[in-house]
Amino acid sequence: MDALYRDYILDHYKRPRNFGTLDPHDLEWHDHNPLCGDELGVHIVVEDGKVAELRFHGQGCAISQASASISSEELIGMPVGDVSKLDADWAIDQLGIEISPTRRKCALLSLKVMRGATTGDASWPE
Amino acid sequence: MSATAVDVRADFPVLDREGLVYLDSAATSQKPHQVIEAMDDYYRNSNAPIHRSVYPLAAEATELFEGARERVARFVGWDARTTIFTRNATEAINLVAYAWGRENVGQGDEVLITRMEHHSNIVPWQLLCQERGARLRYVSVDRDGELAMDELDEALGEGRVKLVGVAHISNVLGTLNPVEDVVRRARAVGALTLVDGSQAAPQLSLDLRAIDADFYVWTGHKALGPTGIGVLHGRAELLEQMRPFLGGGHMISRVDDQTSTWNELPWKFEAGTSEIAEAVGLGAAVDYLSAIGMDSVRAHERELTAYALERMPEIDGLTVFGPPDPERRGGVISFAMPGIHPHDIGELCGREGVCVRAGHHCAQPLMRDMGVPATARASFHVYNSRYDIDRLVDALAKAREVFEL
Repeated sequence: MDALYRDYILDHYKRPRNFGTLDPHDLEWHDHNPLCGDELGVHIVVEDGKVAELRFHGQGCAISQASASISSEELIGMPVGDVSKLDADWAIDQLGIEISPTRRKCALLSLKVMRGATTGDASWPE
Repeated sequence: MSATAVDVRADFPVLDREGLVYLDSAATSQKPHQVIEAMDDYYRNSNAPIHRSVYPLAAEATELFEGARERVARFVGWDARTTIFTRNATEAINLVAYAWGRENVGQGDEVLITRMEHHSNIVPWQLLCQERGARLRYVSVDRDGELAMDELDEALGEGRVKLVGVAHISNVLGTLNPVEDVVRRARAVGALTLVDGSQAAPQLSLDLRAIDADFYVWTGHKALGPTGIGVLHGRAELLEQMRPFLGGGHMISRVDDQTSTWNELPWKFEAGTSEIAEAVGLGAAVDYLSAIGMDSVRAHERELTAYALERMPEIDGLTVFGPPDPERRGGVISFAMPGIHPHDIGELCGREGVCVRAGHHCAQPLMRDMGVPATARASFHVYNSRYDIDRLVDALAKAREVFEL
């Protein structure tokens, strides 16, 4: 099996979970990777202070799409306040693969938009 | 010409790397040892301040620098006096946008560019138009990657266009634009033209007198030369009228407490210590290209492009962007494959030693028109051969296997 394009990465890329839009939604954010122009947006519905529903939309490479898909599953049910505690290591651990410096932003874009939606923080996760 | 490619490959030290297939020359070309050695030799044997010191070493350095300018000017059929060294093509365009644009573009005026421009020929005009209350307009690109010349005429006909900016060869689509025609149409309504020759100077035999643009810019590092040096060729009367771009040493004639007067062309636009070694390197690069002959370089690029356009569609579902006719394009091919994002194509080709670019290629407005966030791009130069394209096609087939397509 390929070390980067593992079967579950390709599976999440080809059949992304929680992709689409939510209307109405409580929180939203949209951002892009300036290196490649890939775009990713998120809609979140909040209930009882928790992420009740979440949908990503946009397009990107296998790494960025799999990262969004995998982390969407972790995010649903999480207290909104906890999202700001997630860092770059968390996002990369979710992927479970070695990420080279050239693909780092691909792996972090989904966390960037999730943090943006929940905290308004537009910086890249560190 | 394929034989020439085999011959010249040995001139490029980096291509000795095991298994390397370099197909990213539209981003930056590789450098022949003649260029590397000319720069090394300058630093080892001739390094000195140019223009103002009178001792023999300085005279020698000055001669090397100005000699390089003369050869670079001759390479494209222009005069040395109106050939200005800049840091790169981007700086050359910014120079024109600042020094000419701020004096000549005002409220209600228009700058007309095309949707296939590199960001370097978009953003300086955005900044100018925002500052001066002018409007930035675009000429569309049709489905075959050609400019919509009727839109050009329509915009010019409205009489507000002050300058037309156009790429000679698109860095994404490879389109070889009819720049002589664009210049003629613009001049007929009193508009100036700036041609971005960053992709053209490395692969075409240029006669700037025949193109007759008011400004023509290109960059050294895509033309087998070093980074850190670009070129602006301009019409003398415009350059003479224009205010300076950067102020500082060397660009002045006399400095008083409150005002200064300017040096003659081309030095009026070359503030500060010049990129001497880089100019020497670029001089060696144009000598190298001239020795091969630019007609041969162009023929080689055309042959490789035709071969790639024939072989790449063997990959299931692969789409090639830009003009289908190799006569209508330079050695640049952007492509997409369904089910694999360009970044992943770039990653998987890279593993096979095949260097292709993936991304928006600094042309985001064009990407939006094409309906893609990014493309993969293969581009060629003298050191490439049909073998390199075969390796690319093999790498693309393998990428599809990894993605289980």
